Amino acid sequence: MSLSESTIAQLRQQLKSGDITPADIIEDLHQGMEKANEALGAYISYDVEAALKEAETADLSLPLGGIPIAVKDNINVKGQPCTCGSKFLAENYTAPYNAASVDLLRKGGAIPFGRANMDEFAMGSSTENSAFFPARNPWDTSRVPGGSSGGSAAAVGANIALAALGSDTGGSIRQPAAFCGNVGIKPTYGRVSRYGLVAFASSLDQIGPITKTVEDAALVLNHLCGHDVRDSTSLKADVPDFTSALGQDLKGLRIGIAKEHFVDGIHPGIREAVDKAVKQLESLGATIVDISLPHTDIGIATYYIVAPAEASANLARFDGVRYGHRAEGTTELFDHYVKTRAEGFGPEVKRRILLGTYVLSSGYYDAYYVKAQKARTLVRRDFTEAFEKVDLVVSPTTPVPPFKLGAFRDDPLSLYLEDLFTIPANLAGLPAISVPCGMIQHEGVELPVGLHLTAKPLDEVTLLRAAHAYEQSTEWHKHRAPKL
Amino acid sequence: MSPTEINIQHTAKLARLQLTEEETARYQSQIAGILDYMKVLEAHADLASVEPTAHAMPVFDVWREDIPRDGFGAEAALSNAPRKAQGQFLITRVVEE
Repeated sequence: MSLSESTIAQLRQQLKSGDITPADIIEDLHQGMEKANEALGAYISYDVEAALKEAETADLSLPLGGIPIAVKDNINVKGQPCTCGSKFLAENYTAPYNAASVDLLRKGGAIPFGRANMDEFAMGSSTENSAFFPARNPWDTSRVPGGSSGGSAAAVGANIALAALGSDTGGSIRQPAAFCGNVGIKPTYGRVSRYGLVAFASSLDQIGPITKTVEDAALVLNHLCGHDVRDSTSLKADVPDFTSALGQDLKGLRIGIAKEHFVDGIHPGIREAVDKAVKQLESLGATIVDISLPHTDIGIATYYIVAPAEASANLARFDGVRYGHRAEGTTELFDHYVKTRAEGFGPEVKRRILLGTYVLSSGYYDAYYVKAQKARTLVRRDFTEAFEKVDLVVSPTTPVPPFKLGAFRDDPLSLYLEDLFTIPANLAGLPAISVPCGMIQHEGVELPVGLHLTAKPLDEVTLLRAAHAYEQSTEWHKHRAPKL
Repeated sequence: MSPTEINIQHTAKLARLQLTEEETARYQSQIAGILDYMKVLEAHADLASVEPTAHAMPVFDVWREDIPRDGFGAEAALSNAPRKAQGQFLITRVVEE
């Protein structure tokens, strides 16, 4: 097995024993990177020389010492570009500071390496909305890798990243992880500081890792979480060692299956894979409990009011004055704003800004925005009640397998409906993980399936415990995308 | 209210976006369709009686100690400015001569 095909846990052993150096890992990753990236569009940019320079001084005594980790291009790394997949920041923006998550990763010894492709400003479920080039799925390059962290997932899935940071507003870590055969975890809202993450929808966004295994997810998560005074939504909560629960059985664990999650429209192969996974969890000692999440059907409508509303406010800062693109030849300020923003933003971002502005505008605020906030209360309440009976809720991560590029080009609403299972965790601020649970034959190709587990607030340990026990009892995490 | 009544040009003005005719027509139709889907919220009669949730987790004001510390200097703040002059952001004139 090459270094780039290894897990972080495996490489840590080799680094500690002195068999390899951090530079060996970076060079091994780089070897296949150019060709694979041309086929996948996983990275917008990467700087091998800078990473090798950092590798020279890596402290191997640290838990992630010398481990390169890719970073989604909406997370600031000082001195590196941070385009957010947008023309707005493509030409002349260099991050003048580190995001808190990047500072913490560095403290743990990791080396940020590569800027992962993404849907523009994290808006999308396919990474087709990148202003540069679409990312592609390593299992079938005619298909999307998911989004908006599609570059992160494609890079990990194709072994051109060991792990990658993503951001998850409505499933943007978990859905691409499922589509590319990876593990992706969205921590509890507030667990990871959003300082330095370019905000899309502030009450929903959360940074988390995409990795090859659950153990790697726990290792990286150990160096992302913690209270940060620079983020008013950062939780003052103890950070456990997330690896501590790995290896435990599932005796005593109650797992909830909601009837609302198994409705018409789910691909039969995905349904079968998830049914088998539930039986597997039961065989590992978990008790399966039928539950109800009666407001599942309004999650998407709620999200697509709340998220664009917050996005329209957050993206007001892109005005061409302090950073980013500026339209030429404008003669007065309003003209400067409207032309700059028209030139800088792509179609999906404009659509969501318009939608968000509309639902917040006078006369429609109560009809849409306040109503969505009330619906959010109901979605949250569903989970609170469910977690009185169970420890985890299990569902498919996505209703359908990875789709072809362009499949939803003129039908945004149908694309939005793909996020059915992932959105509720963001609305309720809950931790959730996607772990590989099968492979299906679909339209002549073999594609991965994700199992979605949701836990109580701050209970990532139980989430990782169950995901790890399941993962280790199956072979799905060993299936890797074919070499390009 | 019928979503087809959306005045997309007015919304674009509020959003500080200039739209082409083609974009106006496209967004008019797409956003109307999306808002039409939002009617699913009406199906839940229990909606009216609940309190709205802005944040899933409690959010508090954050205070820091009032002590001097390193901050973002003028040079760093201006480092990404599209246009700058004399240590300041240069923008389109807003005051008439």
